[in-house]
Amino acid sequence: MKTLRKIWKWFDDRTGTTEAINPLADHLVPPDANWLYVFGSATLFCFILQVVTGLALAFLYQPSTGPAYESLKYITYQAHFGHFLRGIHYFGASAMILLVGIHMIRVYLMAAFKYPREMSWISGSILLVLTVTMGFTGQLLRWDSNGIWSAIVGAEQAGRIPFFGKAVARIFLGGETITGLTVSRFFSIHVFLIPAMLFALIGLHLYMVVRNGISEPPKTGNKVDPANYRKWYQKMLKDKGVPFWPNAGWRDLAFGVLVILVIVILSLIVGPPEIGKPPDPTDIYANPRPDWYFMWIFALFALMPREIESVAIAFSPVILGIVLILLPLINNKGERSPLRRPWAIAIVTIIVTMVASFWYIGQKSPWSPAFQTKPLSQEVIGNVSTNARDGGDLFYKKACIYCHTVSGYGGKRGPDLSYVGSRLTSEQITIKIVNGGGNMPSFGASLTGKDLNDLTTFLLTRKK
Amino acid sequence: MKNDLNMDSRRSFIIKLLGISGGILAIIISIPVIGVFLEPLARKKPEMWRSVGNVDKFKTGETVLVDFPNSSSLPWTGTVSKTASWLRRVSDTQFIAFSVHCTHLGCPVHWLPDAEIFLCPCHGGVFNKDGSYAAGPPPKDLSQYPVRIEKNEVQILASPIPITTL
Ligand code: FES
Repeated sequence: MKTLRKIWKWFDDRTGTTEAINPLADHLVPPDANWLYVFGSATLFCFILQVVTGLALAFLYQPSTGPAYESLKYITYQAHFGHFLRGIHYFGASAMILLVGIHMIRVYLMAAFKYPREMSWISGSILLVLTVTMGFTGQLLRWDSNGIWSAIVGAEQAGRIPFFGKAVARIFLGGETITGLTVSRFFSIHVFLIPAMLFALIGLHLYMVVRNGISEPPKTGNKVDPANYRKWYQKMLKDKGVPFWPNAGWRDLAFGVLVILVIVILSLIVGPPEIGKPPDPTDIYANPRPDWYFMWIFALFALMPREIESVAIAFSPVILGIVLILLPLINNKGERSPLRRPWAIAIVTIIVTMVASFWYIGQKSPWSPAFQTKPLSQEVIGNVSTNARDGGDLFYKKACIYCHTVSGYGGKRGPDLSYVGSRLTSEQITIKIVNGGGNMPSFGASLTGKDLNDLTTFLLTRKK
Repeated sequence: MKNDLNMDSRRSFIIKLLGISGGILAIIISIPVIGVFLEPLARKKPEMWRSVGNVDKFKTGETVLVDFPNSSSLPWTGTVSKTASWLRRVSDTQFIAFSVHCTHLGCPVHWLPDAEIFLCPCHGGVFNKDGSYAAGPPPKDLSQYPVRIEKNEVQILASPIPITTL
């Protein structure tokens, strides 16, 4: 014990560790910082967790288009700890995205982005984008069938960028198609490029917390005035400030430990996401779905009006970026309390509700054709005329069933036709089938007169 | 005094010189680094005719899935180096090769032979048998690859993944 202490003393003297850390640990922070202040540091804990587990996974992963998938299977089913590591890396990523979002909402609601912390907000916004990019590239590196199709979907989205769209898509894929260079490209981006940027920006983000201090919890009527805020803040710290460690820091530590504990438990119990079918661009029976944190965007793509969609894909990121950067610049003084900024609460409520509902509906994706549905059984078709029975068979054969439900069987893209016979006349049904409309194609050309007649007869039998 | 001044200006000259040469070196090193990142743009567009089978294999009026090595495969690419296409024989001499990629966001469309439509699993886009837009979110018709008949073989021009632009 004594020797250890001696060694530490020597080390500390030569390196100045305590000298460097003490001022950070002791620096004064506002006394009333509370549990709402822990999300940023928890994100940081997750980031460190991602770096460490990512490092371990990189020992096992083969970053090449050909063998990547097999190596992922190896990691998951054979390598010691592989399953666990992948689990942590997945839940760590999920937690990081979730926490970054909550942290941002907290900062926005408390208007902590106002003077002098504008750059904290701007660097934080860039960190958000980088974190999300990490999530996306990580999902691609899984390189199963979902991975390659997500890569193509990503390239198609990039394609909507005005003028440079095609070029950006090519740079992203590493070629004109998926090539031998695609996965190594994603790997470099996910493992070197973005993490390097993350390290730099996190450094800046943290340094600014030290330089400008933790924003005090807003008090109604306590307006930020750039002319004397710093002076006021220093005085407030001097009068009532408490040392960061342990008075405020213990909460960060406690919450961070809790988050990591939950991640570890989830990766033990739930485990990493399933690996899908092998990556094969000729296997068209793939059903690409993004990880949960992109589900709402997936839904947005399905539901956005077709006319504005391309423009929206191209310009919404730009507009979002401009809004995020301008927010603290044009709105850097005055009231901070959310009680006096009702529109801030409104904006957050609207965005959260929107994302949540798109997420929910994305989970169900009713617009996706129900390819797995079987033909309607005789039982469902019921005891009806021969024509109607043929119509019931056609209902499956002509793919109506992929989008329409009859008595609980079928897809949800179009209206439920279980009781269509009570709703529409034979004429109305025929017209609808022949012409289509909305999201329904016209079937006039691909149905014979008898087919059309049978289908209509069948649908007319579907009554309450 | 005079000497000092001389020293000063000499020193600042050397520092400037060092700064400039450092800058030039940085540029020289960045060129290949950024170059590798942008290299996919410089690579010449690979296009190759690929046989997908004898003409007689395909029946008039039918649409079938064919696959062939894509145009930019490298030796280690494995199964991922293949591309699929929906090949439709329109008449004795006319074939159409549709890209399997939905023009909305690139998901693989399914051909439903009885209903004679292409249906997209992602957001429910629909195309007619001639590839024209029928319903759902896609902004335009299904893309096509050039096809030709050579020595009684159907050949498709393996081309880049069609990217829908604004
Ligand atoms: S990708 Fe086909 S409908 Fe969206």
